[in-house]
Amino acid sequence: MKPAPFDYRRARSVADALGLLAELGGEAKVIAGGQSLMPMMAFRLARPSHLVDIGGLGELRGLWVDDDGLHIGALTTHHQVETCTDPAVLAGWPVLPASMSWIGHLPIRTLGTVGGSVAHGDALAEWCLLTTLLDAVLVAEGADGRREIPVADFFLGFFTTALLPDELLVEVRFPAPAPHAALTEYAERHGDYAIVSAAVSLDLVDGSLRGGRIALGGVADAPVRVPEAEALLTAGTTHPDELGGVFAAAADAAAAAVDPGDDQHGSADYRRSLVRTLVQRAGVQASVAARAVDDDRPAAVPAGARRRP
Amino acid sequence: MSERQLVTLTVNGVEHELLVEPRRTLVDALRHDLRLTGTHVGCEHGVCGACTVLVDGLPARACLMFAVQAEGREISTVESLSPDGRLNDLQQSFVDHHGLQCGFCTPGMLMLAEGLLAERPAAGREEIREVVAANLCRCTGYQSIVDAVEACARARCPQEERS
Repeated sequence: MKPAPFDYRRARSVADALGLLAELGGEAKVIAGGQSLMPMMAFRLARPSHLVDIGGLGELRGLWVDDDGLHIGALTTHHQVETCTDPAVLAGWPVLPASMSWIGHLPIRTLGTVGGSVAHGDALAEWCLLTTLLDAVLVAEGADGRREIPVADFFLGFFTTALLPDELLVEVRFPAPAPHAALTEYAERHGDYAIVSAAVSLDLVDGSLRGGRIALGGVADAPVRVPEAEALLTAGTTHPDELGGVFAAAADAAAAAVDPGDDQHGSADYRRSLVRTLVQRAGVQASVAARAVDDDRPAAVPAGARRRP
Repeated sequence: MSERQLVTLTVNGVEHELLVEPRRTLVDALRHDLRLTGTHVGCEHGVCGACTVLVDGLPARACLMFAVQAEGREISTVESLSPDGRLNDLQQSFVDHHGLQCGFCTPGMLMLAEGLLAERPAAGREEIREVVAANLCRCTGYQSIVDAVEACARARCPQEERS
């Protein structure tokens, strides 16, 4: 179907966008890549009176690493992350480029943006899971300036975030490197929204597993961390046999901890079984990535990582 | 509301000035306003890929972009592949490998593959399969489309140049 009529305003700067949002009120929607909003408008699930197009704001595009971690401008596309060759990004956060192929298909990733995905707040979106996994900070700009929102306070529920109607998400920041992490998911067809997704990040120090994080999508109305399962991520070695047992125990604990609902894509039991499989799979992939990484370089952001150009 | 906007679209290297409603999708602007009907429109919500064009050289769904958003960007449609009326090597490869039957998905498949091969000239069969999965074809069963793209990739980027 064709979208319902709306008025179009193109923002020339972040300040201009904020001014337009304040002027137009709650009926206006921000459009960036539009890869989620446009289908909703085509189905007329969304009928905004005004669209504020921020797509041309080049200052919100790009990735850079500094002492505060990895900064990703809100308008950076999934495809830009996927094809990023910056050694500092690849050393500290290889999971981000590696996870991009799960997002829709190539022609979606070339237009869809990191900030758009996070602001949309779909519990199954890969960026919502990755930000939850890696304790990201969401940087919002409003009339009173910028504020930083920890991801734990950002996703409030079904398509609901802590972003205020007159605020713009300008940056997603990953404060700490996560060189040993992986994301995996299960969908009926590759490129569809996942039924369940799982991501694991491991803290490996001197050949032993000292802890980690587990995040799940598709088991609640927002992405969740699973502390009950994370507590089991310890082992004195990184030998595959021992880690296999650790991940199996953590996967069982994760499946027991979640309380997913039933819908047409799967029953609660089916989702729990997917959690068990996917947590284990992501754990093994994270540890394999770790061994590959540790073979040729220290797992840290290189000293003097570059500043934003 | 919905006041018409003057937009400048650069399509296949030619600038066009259009007066369009903001809700005009890029694919409708291409087909109805510019009469470039090579680009097909199927589902209108980003699932089928029939409307795939190149935006700044990368494949994108023309139904998931408003024409007003495309100002300042380079749009390439299937018409750009054969400006002199002769099939280009990718199109000929689709003919040679039975990469089409009814032809509805073909313009989208061609632009998707052109975008892929421009970025990854040495793409292997698995990469091609993954990218072709973005678009729907109800005739061929996809194998022959993958064959066509793979043969074109190999001809454009011979084995010795592959890493």
